[in-house]
Amino acid sequence: MTIALRNADVFAAEDLPLLCVRGLTRTYGTRIGCAEVDLDVWPGEVLAIVGESGSGKSTLLNCISARLEPTSGTVCYRMRDGEMRDLYRLQEAERRLLLRTDWGFVHQNPADGLRMTVSAGANVGERLMAVGDRHYGRIRETATDWLGRVEISADRIDDQPRAFSGGMRQRLQIARNLVTGPRLVFMDEPTGGLDVSVQARLLDLLRGLVNDLGLAVIIVTHDLAVARLLSHRMIVMKDGNVIEHGLTDRLLDDPQAPYTQLLVSSILQV
Amino acid sequence: MQTPALTVTGLGKTFTMHLRGGIQLPVVANTRFALHAGTCTVLGGPSGAGKSSVLKMLYGNYGTSAGRILVSHRGREVDLAAAGPRTILELRRETIGYVSQFLRVVPRIGALDIVAEPLVERGADRVEAARRAGELLSRVNLPERLWELPPATFSGGEQQRVNIARGFITDHPILLLDEPTASLDAANRDVVVEMIAEKKRAGVALLGIFHDTEIRNAVADVTIDVTGFSPARKAA
Amino acid sequence: MNAMSRNATYNFAYLDEQTKRMIRRAILKAIAIPGYQVPFASREMPMPYGWGTGGVQVTAAILGPDDVLKVIDQGADDTTNAVSIRKFFERVAGIETTTHTAEATIIQTRHRIPEAPLAEGQVLVYQVPIPEPLRFLEPRETETRKMHALEEYGLMHVKLYEDIAKNGHIATTYAYPVKVEGRYVMDPSPTPKFDNPKMHMSAALQLFGAGREKRIYALPPHTEVVSLDFEDHPFEVQRFDRPCALCGAEQVYLDEIVLDDRGGRMFVCSDTDHCETRRAEGHRGELGGELSGEAK
Repeated sequence: MTIALRNADVFAAEDLPLLCVRGLTRTYGTRIGCAEVDLDVWPGEVLAIVGESGSGKSTLLNCISARLEPTSGTVCYRMRDGEMRDLYRLQEAERRLLLRTDWGFVHQNPADGLRMTVSAGANVGERLMAVGDRHYGRIRETATDWLGRVEISADRIDDQPRAFSGGMRQRLQIARNLVTGPRLVFMDEPTGGLDVSVQARLLDLLRGLVNDLGLAVIIVTHDLAVARLLSHRMIVMKDGNVIEHGLTDRLLDDPQAPYTQLLVSSILQV
Repeated sequence: MQTPALTVTGLGKTFTMHLRGGIQLPVVANTRFALHAGTCTVLGGPSGAGKSSVLKMLYGNYGTSAGRILVSHRGREVDLAAAGPRTILELRRETIGYVSQFLRVVPRIGALDIVAEPLVERGADRVEAARRAGELLSRVNLPERLWELPPATFSGGEQQRVNIARGFITDHPILLLDEPTASLDAANRDVVVEMIAEKKRAGVALLGIFHDTEIRNAVADVTIDVTGFSPARKAA
Repeated sequence: MNAMSRNATYNFAYLDEQTKRMIRRAILKAIAIPGYQVPFASREMPMPYGWGTGGVQVTAAILGPDDVLKVIDQGADDTTNAVSIRKFFERVAGIETTTHTAEATIIQTRHRIPEAPLAEGQVLVYQVPIPEPLRFLEPRETETRKMHALEEYGLMHVKLYEDIAKNGHIATTYAYPVKVEGRYVMDPSPTPKFDNPKMHMSAALQLFGAGREKRIYALPPHTEVVSLDFEDHPFEVQRFDRPCALCGAEQVYLDEIVLDDRGGRMFVCSDTDHCETRRAEGHRGELGGELSGEAK
């Protein structure tokens, strides 16, 4: 707790967080998913949530992305009009609109985030159509542009993702999420299950997009190398609790908590 | 005399090794010095004396156990030792640059883009950033045929030069150098010495660690012996 | 006459009165919320699913002794399905039936809307196999209901987008989705999209019954019904490059009829009553003269 007090950031009043999580707790019966989590995310910032399987990082991600109602605590989001709203007090229609316009969610398994039986173009165009775009030519043009940005060639636009490799599917999922210009993107192990070379390409792509678009990203990963490359700040979780939080490179190079020291010392060196 | 760019007072660092029964490893204690614009300060002392730890604390990469690190930032003094992550990121963006010992980047990016990246991240025009990157890579004699290639397969010296170009591309008023010349040949060492001299002329406050005595003598205006901050001596 | 031909073993119109009340409540709710699918406790009917059990239950629930019933299947009054349903209601309700659109008070239909404009006071009952227009892209019923509730209809356009991407134009020709009163997206049952404009602002009451899926929905008279489309690919109905071979009617939906095994064919009105009425009025198509004798 002394760390939290010392690490006070003093910024101007107009510099406001995009997402504020306070006292977030989710229990499954008597089992704890995550407990008393506080965190803030600012525009343009990448926050990594790391921990081993069962540490509660996915529960936390689901709670703060409006996909799983917390047992207690609040998740507040700054809407485009500047107002701070509690996600779980929004109307369902507002919440779902937020999910498909101002937010993105990149699943570990692309099949969970894509429509596997419609074309790549329609996968990217769906969000545009959902917010009322009714011009086929324009939708297709935007979809083509986005496929290019995620390095999928334009002649694959009418192919279904079933015909794509794992890396391509993941890039398609990213394009599908970013097409509406979201301000906050959640990512659940986005490079998990990919070959190392494919992973590197995806990381490079993500870094570029995050920087170009000024996205805020909350990324869950068990891979500390991914966290180091992508994130500015990091949260370490264990048994549903936040063990340590702070600047990513400091947490990795000068870990304070016993658990973080163990985690960092367990990384395989190449 | 003008306000120092950076002032260190009472700075201490102790590692607690929880994996070894929580033993305490004091590295430095009561460190104090100041960095001035247009001056290159060099940290001296034998290996293990804590030079690198001091440098890393100044960049926020290591936490501090005691003391203050006052940085002149946007016309006021900010205590980096007590600053939160976002303040540190802002200091790194605008005020404190760092040239590390090793190049650590995303595997797939070409050398030119790696060098240009710090400028692009600060919102510079891509074409202009690439032009500046090219200038610096020429300067450190990296053959142009390597510019588009990812440095993972380069030799140690080549990687080091990419790293230096990347570190020198920005206009930070404070620049920290963590043995950037370790694996360079004589010709390239001279280039780096000249580049440091240019930074000095531009009013940058530099703090460096150099193993090479020749370079150290060539660039150092002030030398601080870190053994003076040894916690053991203090205890004795 | 009614009392004599009616089979006294059954309650009027086959269904018991409690069931009819339940169905009428569903119908009233459906009328109150145009395009919204109202669940109802669909009954077993003495015919298999797919033969119009939903339409039959709706007809049974609204039928009165003075009603005149017409039943069409693909526009024809004389196909097995149409004849059977007509006979069914003659027997269990003793009501009068007709093949003339203008004479009918209730028209039960499968896959067509009559060509002649419907009038105030008439009711068109559609047999619906799959009431959920979002089903093919979103199989979860819980999710599609939520999408209707929250007006999340982007997915409908994904389907049309796929059509254009694959075929260069919207290739959906039947069960073409519509938006009702600017609110609910509705499946008009597998009628050809040619008939979609007829639903718009119709003077008749239109009721839709899906027996297997247990849903009823409705379009009250004078309801706005708009077919979904893209700005640069607007909705269009099928066009036929020739008139009906029998009655010479243009701008009607035509069926292809194979005449022999040597490639002979002709295109005639799918709406048999419309065709017969026109011929009775003296209209003739290119084959109308020679075939009129056989048809009688």
